[in-house]
Amino acid sequence: MNPLRRTFIKFTGTLGALTTIAAAGLLKTTQAAAAVWNKSGFESKAVADAMKSLGASSAAESRDIVITAPDIAENGAVVPIEVVSRIPNTQSISIVAEKNPFPLTATVDFANGAEPYAYVRIKMGQTSNVRAVVKAGGKFFTAVKEVKITVGGCG
Amino acid sequence: MAEPMKIRATLKGDVADIRVLVAHPMETGQRKDAAGNIVPIHFIQSMAVTHNGNIVYDGQWSQAVSRNPVFAVRVKGAKVGDKVVVTWTDNKNDKRTDEATVVAG
Repeated sequence: MNPLRRTFIKFTGTLGALTTIAAAGLLKTTQAAAAVWNKSGFESKAVADAMKSLGASSAAESRDIVITAPDIAENGAVVPIEVVSRIPNTQSISIVAEKNPFPLTATVDFANGAEPYAYVRIKMGQTSNVRAVVKAGGKFFTAVKEVKITVGGCG
Repeated sequence: MAEPMKIRATLKGDVADIRVLVAHPMETGQRKDAAGNIVPIHFIQSMAVTHNGNIVYDGQWSQAVSRNPVFAVRVKGAKVGDKVVVTWTDNKNDKRTDEATVVAG
């Protein structure tokens, strides 16, 4: 694969996210590496809307998604979240902090040998369920873990 | 100008454990400064990691990712000396790219 071409596609992807829907359509057809930033999802204030933007409204609960996060986080500004999916053909993992002002926090697409593993530190405003949404083989699966917050990190 | 990222890529078995520390304020647009003015929203929107030129991690982030983000990626089938390139783009269209090589764990 030509790395220059990848770079170029990534660049156009960024432009697309910021400017036109036309670019988004183009990207879909080329199966470009960089996904368009999910504006509607990231700007949703309700968990249901965020799930809808992912296409995961009817996601099935799964025990094969393991969320590792502190039971009690003293500082809501830095809450480490680790998600491992044991579902075969996992394509992406999203993290949703349900009671945050904007619940959808991150979506990660995997390719080319990346393990279905996500680790990121997030901010949480208050005690809340953290939901992981896994896309595998075109289907959606989900799991939750509650994290208690002593001092919120959104202020 | 954005500070360089710290990238550590260590091989465990045939899996490269890539951990990245990014210097970025990740402002949520909700915080107020000392004078009571809202600090404008400023956060990384996309984070891409490539392994030997192939994209392995294509991340979309919100402003709820912590300040100075830390994240990790695991890539199967990696070898010592493989090249890892990390690129972020924020909502002001600032970008930064850094690279590292996989070392034995």
